[in-house]
Amino acid sequence: MKFIEAKDVNVYYGDNHVLHDINLSMKENTVTAFIGPSGCGKSTFLRTLNRMNDYIDTFRLTGKLEIDGKNIYGKKVKVEELRQEVGMVFQKPNPFPKTIFENVAYGLKIQGNKDKDFIEERVEKSLKQSALWGEVKDKLHNSALSLSGGQQQRLCIARTLAVKPTIILMDEPASALDPISTAKIEELISELKASYTIVIVTHNMQQAARISDRTAFFYLGNLIEYDKTTEIFTNPKNKQTENYITGRFG
Amino acid sequence: MKKPFERFIEGGLALSGVVTILTTLAIIWVLLSESWGFFREVSIVSFLTDTEWTPLFTNKHYGILPLLSGTVLTTLIALLTALPFGITISVYLSEYAPKKFRQSIKPALETLAAVPTVVYGFFALTVVTPFLQSFIPGLSTFNALSAGIVMGIMIIPLIASMSEDALRAVPKSLREASYGMGATRFQTAFKVVVPAASSGIIVSVILGISRAIGETMVVAIAAGQQPTLTLDPRDAVETITAYIVQVSLGDVQHGSIEYKTIFAAGISLFVFTFILNHISYRLKKKYQEQYE
Repeated sequence: MKFIEAKDVNVYYGDNHVLHDINLSMKENTVTAFIGPSGCGKSTFLRTLNRMNDYIDTFRLTGKLEIDGKNIYGKKVKVEELRQEVGMVFQKPNPFPKTIFENVAYGLKIQGNKDKDFIEERVEKSLKQSALWGEVKDKLHNSALSLSGGQQQRLCIARTLAVKPTIILMDEPASALDPISTAKIEELISELKASYTIVIVTHNMQQAARISDRTAFFYLGNLIEYDKTTEIFTNPKNKQTENYITGRFG
Repeated sequence: MKKPFERFIEGGLALSGVVTILTTLAIIWVLLSESWGFFREVSIVSFLTDTEWTPLFTNKHYGILPLLSGTVLTTLIALLTALPFGITISVYLSEYAPKKFRQSIKPALETLAAVPTVVYGFFALTVVTPFLQSFIPGLSTFNALSAGIVMGIMIIPLIASMSEDALRAVPKSLREASYGMGATRFQTAFKVVVPAASSGIIVSVILGISRAIGETMVVAIAAGQQPTLTLDPRDAVETITAYIVQVSLGDVQHGSIEYKTIFAAGISLFVFTFILNHISYRLKKKYQEQYE
């Protein structure tokens, strides 16, 4: 089943045409990696999936972007509801300067949820899912900023999970972390795949090869090649893809 | 070896630093020595507890409380006026306003802060007071309410502008995190950005308070010059600063006890604002650490 589908998507920032006729579809419960050199449009495309680009004044999109059969740029779409379905983890850990508990509970509270037991239960579950519970269960009411970078990033993942999205977008989630924290995040992604559809932008090709089912290679605003990850890395059809993954540029 | 020019510049910079510190020390010295003379004649207990302030009358009383209550009352009114507007404006400018609008409105806001305070004083006396009198019975011509409100209007730009700086210093990534979880602009502004900038906002409010406490012209013109121990905003009051002006402009003999009251009042004011500025400095330091 095609869960996320882009049809002839073009994106402009003012006069700048940054994405050209992107056509691609992603299945449920898979990990899709976007790779490509800086400025190739992979992050921009990722951010169209939860309409995070809406805050850029000059942003304009043509074409169709559907999630579960619904055009997410349609007139009736409430962007807040969309983002509860499509969660996002950012490049640099960005916990709120609140307690660990409050960080995870935030998404529920803004939905107007006041049931204390429910919130506590969901916070615990989310922290367990993101493999952080053991490290923080005794200091839930300490500031989130007291955690290490890797812990903060797992907290941000827990925070996203607490809202129960179906899709999680990750924008280079491990690029600011050390190797051990990176390994933990990658392990986590493989576990989350069972219940979520994950789209991840990464600069690290080994990472893409390790964790994703399918890989899309972007270059200069074009989708050059999109295939099974094993195909892309062992048998790329396009010369540019081959040059990029073998490290000849990028 | 340093170049002579470098040394010259360094020396110049150090000198200007020293001049500022020396000026401050000199002011403190004058305040202390002159009020020392005052406190030799008037006990500090009666200064702090007497409920009347009549140094210029034959029946002399030296209780700072009426001046203090006048100062606190007008400052409180100013704060109640400035706080809601200042914060709302800052949130609007930082979270909602289009970039172009913000860029043109902010200098305009700061111009408002450049209007001479004497103009504000007459605005209070000739516009605000008659307007308030039209629906508040028993409002004297000189009253704390109108002076306080106008002082509030005067410090709105300060609070709005400084709070806006604090709000905008909150990293964009925090807003994105909030939006990314389905928060609206309003929720993001008030549940994430404002709390994250809270210490910066508090600093702006404290500086606003300091400004209101130290403000002289508006209260001297519009609040009256009657030291009254009251918390009724309809009454005429006198603030510490207004008293200092009143006495300085009169024909008080140099070295007399009346003359020394200026310094006693001045040192009370100094202690007051010093404490506030100190608190704001501490908060600012704490706030800077948060994102660095």
